[in-house]
Amino acid sequence: MYDVVDQLASPPLRVDAGPLRRATRNAFPFVVVGALWEAVAHLGPFPAQFFPSLETVAATFVRLTLNGVLPHHALDTLIRLSAGFALAALAGVTIGILMGRSRRAEDILLPLVSIGAPIPGLAYAPLFLLWFGPGNVSSVVLVAFVSAFPIIYNCWTGVKAVKDIWLRSAQAMGADDRRLFRHVILPGALPYILTGLRLGLAQAWRILVAVEMLAAVPWGLGWLIFGAQEFLNTDVMLAGIAVIAIIGLALEKLVFQPIENFTVVRWGMMS
Amino acid sequence: MSPDRIRSLRRGVLTLLVVAAAYEAIARSGYFAPALMPSLGTVAQTLVNSILDGSMLHHAAATLYRVVIGFGLAVTVGLPLGVAMGRFRPVEHFVLPLSSALMPIPSLAWVPVFILWFGLGDTVTILIVFYAALFPMLLNTWTGVRSVNPIWLRAAGAMGANERALFWKVIIPGASPFIITGLRQSFLRSWIAVIGAEMLAGSDWGLGWVIFDAKEFLDTDVMLASLIVIGCIGFITEHLVFGSIERATIYRWGMARAAKG
Repeated sequence: MYDVVDQLASPPLRVDAGPLRRATRNAFPFVVVGALWEAVAHLGPFPAQFFPSLETVAATFVRLTLNGVLPHHALDTLIRLSAGFALAALAGVTIGILMGRSRRAEDILLPLVSIGAPIPGLAYAPLFLLWFGPGNVSSVVLVAFVSAFPIIYNCWTGVKAVKDIWLRSAQAMGADDRRLFRHVILPGALPYILTGLRLGLAQAWRILVAVEMLAAVPWGLGWLIFGAQEFLNTDVMLAGIAVIAIIGLALEKLVFQPIENFTVVRWGMMS
Repeated sequence: MSPDRIRSLRRGVLTLLVVAAAYEAIARSGYFAPALMPSLGTVAQTLVNSILDGSMLHHAAATLYRVVIGFGLAVTVGLPLGVAMGRFRPVEHFVLPLSSALMPIPSLAWVPVFILWFGLGDTVTILIVFYAALFPMLLNTWTGVRSVNPIWLRAAGAMGANERALFWKVIIPGASPFIITGLRQSFLRSWIAVIGAEMLAGSDWGLGWVIFDAKEFLDTDVMLASLIVIGCIGFITEHLVFGSIERATIYRWGMARAAKG
C-alpha cells in the first residue's frame, strides 16, 4: 500500500551533445546558484555565522575531513544504515515470501502489516527510545522496522504475481517444492523483491538522519548537524549536509540505478 | 462472501485479538513499568479524553494545516515547473541537475539549518514539508509530460489545436497517471516529514510534537493515542482521498494501465 512504486521508470534522457558540452550544461545551474549564494552571503543582511560563504563551508569541509571527524560521522551513519537495512531485508523478504506462499500466513500477518504501515516511521521514534533507550539499538531497530514495510509489500506482491500457469506447468513436469521455489517462484518474483529492497533502502536513508538527531547517538551525520545547531556552527551543518548529499547520490548511482537497470534489462518486466 | 473470505476475515480478527491479548497480558504482568507499557484500556481512555477536551483535535488540525500548506506550495511550484521541464529543453537543463543534487538529501537533514534561519515554529515545518513534497511532484510531472505520445501532440496540432488547448486537452490528461502518482508520493513524503519536523522543531501544537513531548513525561499512553490518530489520518488520506481522485480521473480517462506502472 505504501511506497510500492516509488519512482516510475523514466524514459532515457535524450543524449545529443558531446561529453564536454554536457558537463558544462550540468555545471551551469550550480554556478548560477553558487553565485547567488555568494552574493547573499557577502552582501546580504544575514550575519556570516548564519549564512556562511561557500569558501567558509568548503574550508570547514576540508578541515573536518582531514582531521577525521567527518569520515568518522559518515562511517557510523553508514554502519547504522547497513545494519538496519540488513535486518529489514532479512525479515522483510522472509515475511513477504511467506505471506505470498501461504494463505494462513497471509491472513495472520496482513492485518498487522496494514496497521503498522500507514504510520510514518518517525512517529514510532519516541516509543522506541523509551523501550530500548537512546543510542544505537533504538536507531538501528527503528530503521529496520520502518524500511521493512515496503520490502514486505513488494515481496508479497511479487510472489503473488508469479503466473499460475508457470507453477502448474512446473508441477506437471515433476518439480518438487524446493525446485519450484528456486527455479520458478524466486526468479518470477525477483524484480518485485529487488524493487522492494531499493525502496526499503531509500526509506531507511530518508529517516536515518532524523533518527540520529532524536536518538542522541555519539557519532553520525544527523547528530553532527543537530549538535552544530547548538553552537550556531552553520558551516559545520552545511558541510554535514554536503556529505549527506554525496552519500545519497552514491546510493542512487551505485545501488539503485544498477538494480533497476539489471532488472529491466534482464527481465524487461518493470514497466 | 465466499467461505474463503470469511476464513481470512476470521483469521485476521483472531490475530488482532491474540496480539492485543498478548500485549495486555505483558502490560498487566508488571514486568515492564506501567509508565512504559500502559494497558489498552488506559490508551483508549486517554484517546477518548483527549478527543473530548479538544486537545487531540487541535494537535491534528495544526499538523494538517502544516501539511496542507507545505504540500499545496509544493504542488503550485512543482506541477508548472515539471510541465515546463517536459516542454522546454532549457528549463530541463537548468532544473534537472539541481534537483538530482538536492533530492538525495533527506528533508529532515535541513531541520537544524532551517531552525537557525527561520526560528522555531510553523515556517520551518512548512518549508520542510515543501522540500519533501517538491521532488516527487516535479519529477513525476516531468516524466509524465515526456511520456505523452508524440503522435497525440502532432495529431492535435494537425487538427488545429493551439498551445492552450494542447496543454489542457492533451498534455495534462496524458500525463495524469504520473501526475497523480506524484501527488500521492508527495503527500506521503509530506506526512512523514511533518511528523519528524514537528518533533525536531516543535512548537506548541502538532501530533509529532505531542508524541515527542509526551516522551519527556513518560506519558506512553498519550504517545500511543497520538500514534493511533496519525495512523488513522494516514489511512484515510491514502485510501479515501487518493483512491477517489484516482477513480475520478485515471480510470475515467481509461489510463489505469499506465498508472499501475
